[in-house]
This record gives sequence, structure tokens and C-alpha cells, in this order.
Amino acid sequence: MPTINEKLTEEIRAKAKALLAEGTVAAVIGYARGSLPMTVKPTVVRTADDCGKLVWNSFCVLNLANYLPEVLKSVEPPRGPRDPKPEGPLPKVAVLATGCWSRNIVVQTQEHQVDRDRVMVMGVASRGMVSRRKVEANFAGREILAVEELDHDLVVKGADFEEKINRWSMVRDNCHTCTHPDPVLVDVRIGEPASERKNPNPFQQVDDIEKKSNDERWAWFTSEFATCIRCYACRNACPLCYCPTCFVDDAKPQWVGKSLDAVDTGLFHLLRAYHCAGRCTDCGACESVCPMGINMRMLTKKLNKDVLDLYGMEAGMQPGSPLPLTTYATNDPQKFIVTEAGAVKEGE
Amino acid sequence: MKVFRLSQTELDNMVQQWSQNRRVYRPAADRQQSAHADCAPGWERVAGSAPLTMAVGPPKTSVKTFLFPQPETMQTFSLKSSDPDKALMKEPEKLTEKQIVAGLRPCDARSVMLNNLPYREDPFYQANLARTVMVGFTCSAMCATCFCDQVGGSPMGTEGLDIAISQIDGSFVAEVLTPAGEELTAGLDLAPADDTDINALAARRAASPQVDSAKLAALKGRDLNRLYEAPLWKPLGESCINCGACTFNCPTCYCFDVQDEVVRGYGRRIRYWDSCMFPLYSLHTSGHNPRGRKMQRTRNRFMHKLKYFPDRYGPFSCVGCGRCVQDCPVNIDIREVMSDLLTVE
Repeated sequence: MPTINEKLTEEIRAKAKALLAEGTVAAVIGYARGSLPMTVKPTVVRTADDCGKLVWNSFCVLNLANYLPEVLKSVEPPRGPRDPKPEGPLPKVAVLATGCWSRNIVVQTQEHQVDRDRVMVMGVASRGMVSRRKVEANFAGREILAVEELDHDLVVKGADFEEKINRWSMVRDNCHTCTHPDPVLVDVRIGEPASERKNPNPFQQVDDIEKKSNDERWAWFTSEFATCIRCYACRNACPLCYCPTCFVDDAKPQWVGKSLDAVDTGLFHLLRAYHCAGRCTDCGACESVCPMGINMRMLTKKLNKDVLDLYGMEAGMQPGSPLPLTTYATNDPQKFIVTEAGAVKEGE
Repeated sequence: MKVFRLSQTELDNMVQQWSQNRRVYRPAADRQQSAHADCAPGWERVAGSAPLTMAVGPPKTSVKTFLFPQPETMQTFSLKSSDPDKALMKEPEKLTEKQIVAGLRPCDARSVMLNNLPYREDPFYQANLARTVMVGFTCSAMCATCFCDQVGGSPMGTEGLDIAISQIDGSFVAEVLTPAGEELTAGLDLAPADDTDINALAARRAASPQVDSAKLAALKGRDLNRLYEAPLWKPLGESCINCGACTFNCPTCYCFDVQDEVVRGYGRRIRYWDSCMFPLYSLHTSGHNPRGRKMQRTRNRFMHKLKYFPDRYGPFSCVGCGRCVQDCPVNIDIREVMSDLLTVE
């Protein structure tokens, strides 16, 4: 009996092959096998013959929407910076997308980074991606040499052990709290659609931090970001980060210092999070790629909570509507405006 | 060379004794503890009597942070108009206090020697090298991501270490290799290793994976310039997200940028880690960027380690610690790149 992921892998290969063979798309963005247990390689497939290397499993933690603008550009006929856009439709690109990744494609479309007409979304309902870090922590001190995935379990193997663990218990925090596993855009359906998940409070982790006293919260913040090495993997893995020059790379003016000073590191993380406000789909790529295991996702999750509370919106869930923070409505909440009366009330 | 035999308790006592009047650092037992202000991420200062135990493989972050700190103050200056020395660049106070790094692996120790090739005239690196004593643990086992033997090292190697400690049958054999190491062990009540220990150590060393000279020579013999436009770079560049996880955790990546930081009229000129993965790294003042595309930057990392560095200094600029393999968000594996470079035509 093939597993769920084996069946999905077969379907992805067959459909990608068909799309490329019939010339519907010029490239397919997917995943190939990795060289280590619990890793996969993001891959762009350009020929039908290459589709056999595509795989699907629970370790696809990077958000493939991140690659979309660049791959779209790569399939365009080459032209100089001042040359006019060629006439006729430009080649299309197919991309695998789960719930959150598809919502990022919506955001990319809303922000004019991606031309929706050129994207073929191969929608896969997500069963939650597994955190490699959680599995490694579970086997602390023992080296994992292979991980075999069954439908509901992971079989973890080392030189002198083999243990079966529950898959869901190792799923990433963001997938645990996710309520929208099914893609919001589907051009080619892979596997079966998934229904919305129920979660009484997807923001429990944020609430727990909010409940802390100022001192405790500061202690959490400083210790959480203390080990940051400023490699910017979190920023670069994020499909929302596409500025030609990031604010941390600006030299004139210099917004943020370059060293590992706690103030600079903290500022980088806070500003990065704020740039994602109203746009973040909680895909968890930032946290998954961090080599130091920092939970920077708590910052964006807090902002997701605020945007939901203030504007009733979740990024990428309303393809037709503008983004909450780039539009103005007369009935927008204005609690944040400090008034004299408000200041007095606050001080009481 | 002196060789001692120690039990776990004797080893812990020795480290503790050092820590009473010197700064001693060890790989952090857990993430939160490494937040000491004077310490690099992934390392902690030894305080108290926690036993020194080593997980298999290299520590999370490399030893370079002690020799090539992130950031390092090169000069200081004042911009206060009231200051008679206004805008005069001054040398910062020299750090001379000895520091002991305990618990590095042979790969990291070798990286100190490799970085010393380009940095042999660098006053900052040399000053840090002179004040750092390196106490390492040889590896009785290799991780699946370790490949020191493929790039000129060995799991039982001692190059770059002042004291090399090997675990033999539940106790430890310490080889004191340099005068700095002798200074650390002088006056301590340590039992010399007997012939059985020394023979066991020699046997372990003989049986450990040796440098794969044939593979080394094969890769060195390849004309990598001819593979500059090879198709293998395209998929690598396409999947790479150009973060600095590989270069910052790499013990042999030593590139830096320089910047002046001024706070309330007082400034310091710092050098801090830079990464050839970042577009800013190679951006010219004119606006031209010779490595403007992702693929060019990804390729540069491998070409530097496997071609430009060996052309200039001899060895590869890689010690096979496997950190880049473990930490790469998109699973770019230098071992696969090396074997591709060997086979591709």
C-alpha cells in the first residue's frame, strides 16, 4: 500500500509532466529529495523528463511562493532593461502550493509581484509539515541517520536504534495552529481537498507571552533573540521580502547597526516583523530555516492577531480585496491614536 | 610531549581550576545559557562545576568567533568638538587576557590554522590567536555530515590544538602539544599516561579514517575554471536563498566588512562578518555588481573554497565540519558539489 505522500508524489510527477509536455507551463517549482534525513531541495523542473525527481513529504518546510517572481522572470524571453515587453502572453510557471503558500501567491498578486495569469497553482492540502528541530530534540544526543514517513508515524533510525513516533506530535507550531490547510487558489488539484480545521484559539502562544509582565516579556525577547547571528535566513526564506535593497543593507541612511549588539539584532527582528504586518500567512518558513533555532515567528503571529482583531482580516484569504494596511476605510479602528482623554484614562 | 590520563572528574576539576583565574569557554549545553554578554552564540563561559561532556560532532557554532569576533573594534574616535583629539583615530585597548576554548573538535582546530594563512599579517587575528589556548577533543566517531577526511583533516587530528584530549575506554588521555598547553597543565597533579594508554591512542589514531589523498589530488587536479559555466551551478543558484547560514557558521569563512558606528559623539570602527552570499558584498560604488546574480554568488562560495584559496595557499578552505550541510535551509550539500565537480565534463 503506498502512503499518502507516495500517492501525492506520483500525482505531482504525472501532472507536472503533463503540464510541461503539453507546453502549458515552462517550469514547475517543486521539491526534490534531500541529501540528509528530513530535508528536501527546492527545485525548478523545466523538462517533462525531469519530473521524476519531484517529491512530496512532511519536510517541505520552505515556502515555494518565495521562488515564484524569480522563476517567472527566468522563463521570459531575454530582454534589456529598456526593451518593451514582448507582445502576446508570457510563458507560465506551475508551483506547488499548500494553504499558506497559496495565500502568499494571493499577497504577491495583490502587491503586483506576480501576474496571476502566468501562474498555474498546483494546490495540495497540507497535513502539517514536520519540524526537523522537534524531531532532533526528541532524539537529543543520538544521531538520526534516516527517517521513514508513514501516514501517521515517523520511523526514526540511528546506528543503534529504530523508533516509531507520532507524526502530528512533531508537526511545526504554525501548522498545529493552522486553520486553513487547503489552498485558496487551485488551478490543478493534487490529492483531495481538506476542510477547514477548528482551533478555538490559534493565538494561544501569543496570548501566553502577552500575559507576562513587562519584565518577563523583555526577558523572553532578549533571550529568544540572543543567539541570532544575523545570517538573514529568516528574511530570505520569506516570500514577503522582495525589496531590491533591504533596510538592513542600506548604508545611507543606516537604519540598523551591523554587529551582534542586542539592540541592533532586536531592531532587525522587530522591523522585519512589522514589514510583514497584514501580509504574513504564518507559513513558518522563517522559523524553519533559522540555523540557531530562534522562534521569531512569535512576532509576526502577534501582528497577525492584531490585524485580525482590528480589521477582521487574514492575509491572502480575500483574493479580490486590498491588503488591510495599504488601504483606508472610514470605519477603520483608531484606537491607536493617542488623545488627551485617552492618555488620562490610561494613567489612572 | 607530555601525555596524561584523566578520569571524568579529574578532567572537570582541571577545567574548573583553569576557570578560576582565566576565561574558559565551552560549547553551550543549551541555547538560553549561551546568552552571556561576553560570549559568542553557541558558547558559554565555564562557571561552576558542570561536567564537560561532548556530543558527537562539532559544536553548533565554530571556534572562529573567538579569533575573529563578530564584531571587532579596530579603532575608536571622538567627534565631540570639545575634545582636543576630535576625529583622531585611536587604537583600542589591546586585549591580552588569556582565554581558553575547551571542547573544540579537530576540524575547528584545523580551521584556525587555515584562516591563519590569509590572516598571518592581520594584527587583530594574531593578537587573538596569541591569547587563545585551544583544548580540543578528538573524535572517536564521525557524524553522517562529517567529512574532514575528504578535505585534508582527520577525526583524530591534533593540528592547531594546544591540548588534545581523546576518550579511551571511559577515561581521557590528554596530549600536551605546545608550550601554551604545558603552561596550563604545569603545577596540576596529573597522572602520566602509561604505555597501555599511549599504545591504545596510537592504535585508535592508526585505525581512524585517514586523509583521502587520492580524492584530494583528483579534485585539486581538476581545472575548475573550465567548469565556471558548467550547468551544475544553475540549479544550485536557483534553489539558494542567499542567506548567510553557511558562511556565518563556517569556521573557514573569514570575510568581513568595515563600518564606523557613532553613538553620542563617540565612535568605533568595527569589522564584522560579511558573506559572499549577500549582494551588498560585491556591490561597487558605481552601482555595478560583478556578482549581481544569485548563481554567481552561490558559485563563488564553492570556487573560493575549492579553487581560489588552494591556488593561493595550498589546502582547501574547508575542514569538513558539515555545519553548512546541516544548516542550509535548501540542502545545498558541498559534498555533492565536490563529487559533481569531480565527475562533470
